[in-house]
Amino acid sequence: MTSTPLKQTPLHASHVESGARMVPFAGWDMPVQYAGILSEANAVRAASGLFDVSHMGRFIVEGPHARELLNWTHTSDISEAMPIGRARYGLFCNEDGGIIDDGIVYRLADDRFLAIANAANAATVYAWFEQWRSRRLPATHLRDITRDVAMLALQGPRALDTIEQLSEFDRSAVRPFRIAECTIEGRWAWVARTGYTGEDGVEIMPRSEDALYVWQLLLEQGVTPCGLGARDTLRLEAGLPLHGNDIGPDTNPLEARLARFVALEGEAFCGSEALQRIAEEGPPRRLVGMRTIERGALPRQHSPIMAEGERVGEVTSGGYSPTLDTNIALGYVPARLAALGLRLHIEVRGKSIEAETVALPFYTRSA
Amino acid sequence: MNVPGDRRYSKEHEWVVAHDDGTATVGVSDFAQQQLGDVVFVELPQVGAAVSQFGQMGEIESVKAVSDLFSPVSGEVVEVNRGAVDRPELVNSDPYDGGWLIKVRLSDAGELDNLMSAEAYDSLTSTS
Repeated sequence: MTSTPLKQTPLHASHVESGARMVPFAGWDMPVQYAGILSEANAVRAASGLFDVSHMGRFIVEGPHARELLNWTHTSDISEAMPIGRARYGLFCNEDGGIIDDGIVYRLADDRFLAIANAANAATVYAWFEQWRSRRLPATHLRDITRDVAMLALQGPRALDTIEQLSEFDRSAVRPFRIAECTIEGRWAWVARTGYTGEDGVEIMPRSEDALYVWQLLLEQGVTPCGLGARDTLRLEAGLPLHGNDIGPDTNPLEARLARFVALEGEAFCGSEALQRIAEEGPPRRLVGMRTIERGALPRQHSPIMAEGERVGEVTSGGYSPTLDTNIALGYVPARLAALGLRLHIEVRGKSIEAETVALPFYTRSA
Repeated sequence: MNVPGDRRYSKEHEWVVAHDDGTATVGVSDFAQQQLGDVVFVELPQVGAAVSQFGQMGEIESVKAVSDLFSPVSGEVVEVNRGAVDRPELVNSDPYDGGWLIKVRLSDAGELDNLMSAEAYDSLTSTS
């Protein structure tokens, strides 16, 4: 494989300068950790953390057909009635109901939306939009603004206090799954009440040229800089799926326990016929949460799941949960085994580790 | 990087310090724990097991990766640090003392000559 140079976010130099450990991730050179994955994860649970997630794909979809295009390509209900400023999480599915990507769509105006895609799938999602635009909904304009605006996730129980101190952001107006334009010490930004950690918080999208200013301003308030390692730990604890691990083109939202993000009752969308059939028959396998009975070797992606001596599935994500002080995992098992409190074994490098199925999410923040 | 001068080091980033009674204590270096990141699982040989110099003796796992542990010396395991097994974070916070891994009765003290001095190990890890 020839190596193409890794892409850099507007904060790249700052990450390197502050000694973050950098790793290639989906074609980007990203910080995996600053002080350490576990201390960063703990900071987010106890106070607040700041993540550079500028590698994620950001697309403006606008024009008379924009709403229809997103309603067709996204499993959520992006109806005429969706209010401006609202956000919807959902899946981008193919005709078979397989998951091309997952992401949030924000309504910025009547015919103007912001769609977020995972970094690894950004080009695929853009091409998917473009395919439907040219085929059916030509009065749509697509714009990739990934390089024009950055994205910083400020997450944790103290996150809202911090953003309210620095801007006119008001938590009673910008409730969860909403977005507003704000001015942070004179710098414009979208501020969305969304995230990927299981904590309250915001995702701040300033212009790229203002990203470093906003990043440093937030760190000056005592927010802990965090890398992608902590982000992965936190999202797993919160039971949030990672595309490429827990969901993908070979999985559908119903077996992945994402039915509440699939508007089968609303207008048709790409994949809805296939998903309707799967819903009627019941998916033959289901994603389950597991925790190991004792700490030990960590369950990892592809570790076999065993029940009664038979291999019944494999782990899609697994690791150590600092918040619960135990090892946790997600994986698919036959629907008959998708019950709570069931004893299973997970094989890790020849060792058989006892686990039990538990309710998802593994971690829920206290209100 | 912290590299105490009272012990010897392997290329695999284990340290060993020999005692007067013919035993030696083994652990991983500060460099190793920094490279690993947060250690969350340590698997060590049983007391009574034989280990051989540069042979695999266990596993050490961090949040992101698993690595094999290699014994820097040959001999019989006479003690295992239960503290490090129960609280693997000791390997990060105190790699040269509280985070030691095993104690071995040396079968050949001469093997220590196959290992690096602190100065040699320090220069190895500061250039890599």
